[in-house]
Amino acid sequence: MRLLRYIAGRLVVYALVVVFGLTVLFFVPRLGPTDPIEAMLAKVASQGAYMDASQVDALRQSLADTFGLSGSLLEQYWAFIKRILLTGDFGPSLSMYPTPVMELIMNALPWTFGLLLTSTLIAWVLGNFVGLLSGWKPESSSSRVMEGVAICLYPIPYYILALVLSILFSYIWQIFPLTTTIRGAPWSWNLVTSILWNSFLPGASIVIVVFGWWVISVKAQTTALKEEEFVRYARLKGLGDGRILARYVLPNAILPQITFLALQIGLMFNGSLITEILFDYPGLGLLIYTAVLQGDFNLLMGTISLSVIAVATATMVIDLIYPLIDPRIRHR
Amino acid sequence: MRILKLFENAPFRLYLGLFLVALFVLVGAILPWFAPADPLVWYTTPRNQDPSWTYPLGTTSLGQDVFWLLTWALRNSLILGLLVAFFSTLIGVFLGLAAGYAGGWLDRVLSFLMDALLCIPSLPILILMAALFGGQLALPIVGVALVLFNWPYPARQVRAVALTMREREFVNVAWFSGESSVRILVRHIFPYIAGWSAANFINTVLVGISTESALAVIGLSSAQQATLGTMIYWAINYQALLAERYVWVGAPVLAIVLMFIGLFLVSSGLSMRSAARRMSV
Repeated sequence: MRLLRYIAGRLVVYALVVVFGLTVLFFVPRLGPTDPIEAMLAKVASQGAYMDASQVDALRQSLADTFGLSGSLLEQYWAFIKRILLTGDFGPSLSMYPTPVMELIMNALPWTFGLLLTSTLIAWVLGNFVGLLSGWKPESSSSRVMEGVAICLYPIPYYILALVLSILFSYIWQIFPLTTTIRGAPWSWNLVTSILWNSFLPGASIVIVVFGWWVISVKAQTTALKEEEFVRYARLKGLGDGRILARYVLPNAILPQITFLALQIGLMFNGSLITEILFDYPGLGLLIYTAVLQGDFNLLMGTISLSVIAVATATMVIDLIYPLIDPRIRHR
Repeated sequence: MRILKLFENAPFRLYLGLFLVALFVLVGAILPWFAPADPLVWYTTPRNQDPSWTYPLGTTSLGQDVFWLLTWALRNSLILGLLVAFFSTLIGVFLGLAAGYAGGWLDRVLSFLMDALLCIPSLPILILMAALFGGQLALPIVGVALVLFNWPYPARQVRAVALTMREREFVNVAWFSGESSVRILVRHIFPYIAGWSAANFINTVLVGISTESALAVIGLSSAQQATLGTMIYWAINYQALLAERYVWVGAPVLAIVLMFIGLFLVSSGLSMRSAARRMSV
């Protein structure tokens, strides 16, 4: 019953957060010194497209709909929220007319999520393993070296690491592709290897940074937990190191990381956007960048709204998983 | 081996970090005044020079001195990071104390605002702003937006501390002996959050510089000012990589990496120290 109430409460907060985020997005175009529609029309005109007056008016009207600029402010706001939340309709893409924006986003999302989830998971497993071992024997030299390495890796932003990796492995030592080109028939082995091959460097840039953080955090936790009564008891009972680490220390060391993950998801998302752009990786980041370069404001509004919703959703999911993992919260 | 051993305890980590950060702050604060020419102006030096005594880091394909450009970029990035951190911490500590100490509806509204802002990714919003406001964002606007997104971190922590403080004996004693709430906040509660706030301040400097650089690397930050990110953008945009001019793009990259490691060492050293002190109280 309490769990149900927790879930219900969290869902209400989630809904409010999404509406809040969309409200921010609603007001951004209205804060600017320039009228976004005129800026957009100027951009179209500067690209050499010739339009007569009636076409310009039609475009202006369709843009006004996109930004929800017709009617009073309250009506505009209500129409904007309703359109995104109830219908998920962002209109057609202007640069890839008439493909709906939603379709482009749906093609890009699996790439972004696949990249982020896989690399976070790999980093998580590696980081936990190394962190546990080095926290268990904090005085050993290999553990100190590991921590030194982790401290030097963690503060580096993903995109900087992505840049360094691409300079090292695509320019100087040309073993990995510079930009992403996926080849192969659907569901073929070729396609799988092509995806893995092209995702390696962008993935590695995320893995390395997240790995650094997990080593630092798990090591600190493990060193502290080692002195706890229940761990000493397990040792006196004659359990082996492996069993103590896996069953007694690890579950407790993981908990603080999960709250941390919930707080950091926004920043991780920021980083992966730029990584995608640097590697031409066909995810949401590249789509946002394309939208900016092409002046495709439908696509821009759609991708940005979806980023906000995606990050809020991910945070909520982590929050919902938390009580399943931490028995102390479940039974409270 | 000795160095690794020293790495283990907090103070050394703090000192190493402080040394790195101080180095960058000094370079960024002093050297730009001595630049022989405005490094943003094209063709003030011969083009495509390799590093030499006259041009320590070489020159760009546009005839700019990379070394002096780097000092200017450092200065601007640091100013942005410090201002963002200062205002975020100020607003965060104030609103966090207000929420934790006052409770009631004010606490509920502020807590919701903090939670909501924490799960809105800042970079997409900045990209949207840049795209809508003419393709590039002036640094002050980037700064204001970053403050809006970064105050919730200190605010949440300070609120949590303030909540537990309300129940502490010594705060009650102070309250009943007739001290004003402002005095209680300043004299009794603030010392508890000072160490953590300092750590968070440094961390916010890092996040501020990092986010602006992210925006700049894809060419959406100000093109009128050099920052570490715009320097990278220019280098990539003018094909420094294809021309194999790695010093041009490597200098700002290395500066960011070293400065961020320094900032992280200071921030984690500070929080380790304040954690140790809090336990001894």
